[in-house]
Amino acid sequence: MPVVMDQDRVSRSLTRIAHEIVERNRGVDELALVGVRTRGVPIARRLAAILLEITGRDVPNGALDITLYRDDLMKSAVGPQPIVRKTEIPFSIDDRHIVLVDDVLFTGRTIRAALDALIDFGRPRTIQLVVLVDRGHRELPIKADYVGKNLPTALSETVSVRLQEIDGIDEVVIERVEGGQA
Amino acid sequence: MSETATRLRGKDLLGIADLEAAEINLILDTAEAMKEVASRPIKKVPTLRGKTVINLFFEPSTRTRTSFEIAEKRLSADTLNIAIAMSSVVKGETLIDTAQNLEAIAPAIMVVRHGSSGACHLLARTCRAGIVNAGDGTHEHPTQGLLDAFTIRERKGRIQGLKIAIVGDLLHSRVFRSNILLLTKLGAEVWACGPPTLMPPGLERLGVHPTTRVEEAVEGADAVMMLRIQLERMQGGFFPSLREYFNVFGMTPERVRLAKPDAIVMHPGPMNRGVEIASEVADGPASVILDQVTNGVAVRMAVLYLLAGGGENEAAA
Amino acid sequence: MKRLLKGARVVDPASGVDGIRDVLIDGDRIALVGTSIPAAAAAGAVIVELGPSLVVCPGFVDMHVHLREPGYEHKETVATGTAAAVAGGFTAVACMPNTNPVNDNASVTRFILKQASAANLARVYPIGAVSHGSNGEYLAEIADMREAGCVAFSDDGRPVATALLMRRALEYAGMFGMPVIDHCEDRSLAGEGVAHEGFHAAQLGLRGIPSAAEDVMVDRDIVLALATGGHAHIAHLSTAGAVRSVREGKARGARVTCEVTPHHFVLADESLREPLVYDTNLKMNPPLRGGSDRDALITGIRDGSIDVIATDHAPHHADDKRVEFDRASFGIVGLETAVSLGLDRLVHAGIIGLGRFVELLSVNPARILGVPGGRIAAGDTADITILAPDLAVTVSAAAFRSRARNTPFDGWTLRGGVAATLVGGRPVFANPGVPQTSGFERS
Repeated sequence: MPVVMDQDRVSRSLTRIAHEIVERNRGVDELALVGVRTRGVPIARRLAAILLEITGRDVPNGALDITLYRDDLMKSAVGPQPIVRKTEIPFSIDDRHIVLVDDVLFTGRTIRAALDALIDFGRPRTIQLVVLVDRGHRELPIKADYVGKNLPTALSETVSVRLQEIDGIDEVVIERVEGGQA
Repeated sequence: MSETATRLRGKDLLGIADLEAAEINLILDTAEAMKEVASRPIKKVPTLRGKTVINLFFEPSTRTRTSFEIAEKRLSADTLNIAIAMSSVVKGETLIDTAQNLEAIAPAIMVVRHGSSGACHLLARTCRAGIVNAGDGTHEHPTQGLLDAFTIRERKGRIQGLKIAIVGDLLHSRVFRSNILLLTKLGAEVWACGPPTLMPPGLERLGVHPTTRVEEAVEGADAVMMLRIQLERMQGGFFPSLREYFNVFGMTPERVRLAKPDAIVMHPGPMNRGVEIASEVADGPASVILDQVTNGVAVRMAVLYLLAGGGENEAAA
Repeated sequence: MKRLLKGARVVDPASGVDGIRDVLIDGDRIALVGTSIPAAAAAGAVIVELGPSLVVCPGFVDMHVHLREPGYEHKETVATGTAAAVAGGFTAVACMPNTNPVNDNASVTRFILKQASAANLARVYPIGAVSHGSNGEYLAEIADMREAGCVAFSDDGRPVATALLMRRALEYAGMFGMPVIDHCEDRSLAGEGVAHEGFHAAQLGLRGIPSAAEDVMVDRDIVLALATGGHAHIAHLSTAGAVRSVREGKARGARVTCEVTPHHFVLADESLREPLVYDTNLKMNPPLRGGSDRDALITGIRDGSIDVIATDHAPHHADDKRVEFDRASFGIVGLETAVSLGLDRLVHAGIIGLGRFVELLSVNPARILGVPGGRIAAGDTADITILAPDLAVTVSAAAFRSRARNTPFDGWTLRGGVAATLVGGRPVFANPGVPQTSGFERS
């Protein structure tokens, strides 16, 4: 079970990404972070903390649940239902530069759903995307603006991101799965 | 009782009797997320886009039907409202024929209200669509029970251990039946009060405390639920007059004071002011009657999503 | 023609016989019953080796059957009903008058008998209406109907409407020594009920028919039977209270008799919820009562308070049952399941012996209706039911000879069934699953 990123590496990646965000947006004016549930949320919070350190400014932070926007829900119910959780975006997203934050970018469908959800909340000026890991195999024309690590993977593998806030440890792990997806 | 299921068994919601506590918790938890949708500027999510939901109502109803309709529209479903006067059923088509003709448009779900207990069970057995019981005869009204529980949980933080009093025409009330099943499953202490002529047999067997004294039911209660007295009941000779009913069983401010200071007063609607509930109570600070209506949409969205919005276990990210 | 039934157990309580006997039939009569029939008497007889695993008894009489003809031929006809009867081991049935038109006059009675004769299977004894149209107002022409062939009177489907009418009927029919059969139900108490008033109906939101609705009428009829000296027969008794009243009434000298249906001594109202909730094949009137009522019926069967097992065979078209419970017609079929249910749940369960079983199904109903039967001694009509008490039976509604399929027992496995049925010496039914009787040719 190879660990491809350890705690140190995760931390350094997030610090680098925070600096990239500041550089590309020439500061944090009108910026807001929106973490995609579940693990995008703690990552977004950490980025907000780092941005505060760097710039001295509080960047607004929200959580987005995209379950109700997934395109695979249209099939008939077979397995357990994805649990719907609350979306909490306690600020207006109109005219803002929204930075979407997620842990793994894979087919791109989660981000597509997140874009649909965001548009229902208002009209941001721009939307940018932060991911901790990009594992390839895109099925839609979606790209990340900020990437912690590019990780070429086989379809038969799964990438697990574990975070201190949820899993008690920071690490990114690749596992080979027998006979299909986990 | 804090266990939560990950999905509902079966394609239908026919009654609380068929739900386990874990499934009830799943519905209530999902309803919380659904309630948030109502607070957005665009009160819509695409979850049931392209799916058809038919509201098949054999009994007139504005309140329940519009609640379901809003819930369906907020999930982006295509809705169809069919109101069938009972007389036209008597003249011609059987219930099964009516439903099977509608199956031609392949609805994902049919929300059915009917005057005969068990009508939804009959349709669930004979139709491919999922059947949601919006009230069958005097049997159950499960989404009302769920929204009542949601409202109590929202205000009180929990259901277990609360004392809840239900007062009214218990014998003919499907809301009563759904509520006692649900509240006892979640561990509440339920008191049921009404005239003996309107008291169904076997309540103790369900873990409910029956009494004909409303003061006993309401004393120290965390929530008081008033049921509608249907005016036709008077013709059945169940009690002599509405005036007497109000005097003996009506929820007055004095009786509300016997409950806990932070008790809530509920009513499924529509209310008969001055019969089962005094206006001052209905409009007073303890009343959560309007919250019940708001919560009804969220709970019904949750039910529709859990029955028709299904998907694979893990979507590619 | 002569037939010799050899080696079976003959159970004929009216003759005091219970043991292995041979039975010689000559034409339509019993010629001899004995441990060994003299060769001369048996000369030329067709020999049927039955053997000790089968039981020969006087033909069963179902005194409460709805044949639906005239008027409801889509549910059942005299032909299909009597075919169901003989398949169920019954050599005779008494049919209720709630046809369309109601059998309240001699011409309808004669029509029914004509149909029965054409079908040529079970004997049919029509029960005439107590009142015109069974409307509960004026006495119908009882003597005329008796002349035409009616054996008893009832407004079944409905109660005999008023105490006054019941009194007059008991007095008038009493003139001929004939019973008045009452469907005991106080309509004001029963209201629009569709199931037994109790915990299970309340859970299902079904309006209840309280036991009191039956009990007040049973008590009324016993009081009137005592007052008039007439014979009141209580149809389809279902409550513990009614059993107690009948027991006490008999002790006080009332001429009261009663019947129970197999579904009432087998099922109770808990079946409304499992296995199939709201199953309309559990809807009948009187409804399935509580477990303690069922226990009281079984006690009454054992101690003699209950005289007869009768099916209240009520065939309905599928359209009348495939609807909401409230709207479904009341009633289930019973002719083709009664014997197996009785053998399995009463005899094999150790509650009664075969002798008592034969009394309940043959001796007593024949006596109450005043018709021949109930005994197979020399000279008696050869109406015979041959039972296979250890036959493994799986109820199959699809195979019923009745036109109707409304039974809750479909798929049940029971121990005990009918091997063959003979009416007037003629085999009218032979069970293909019983090798000993499969040789019976139908004549």
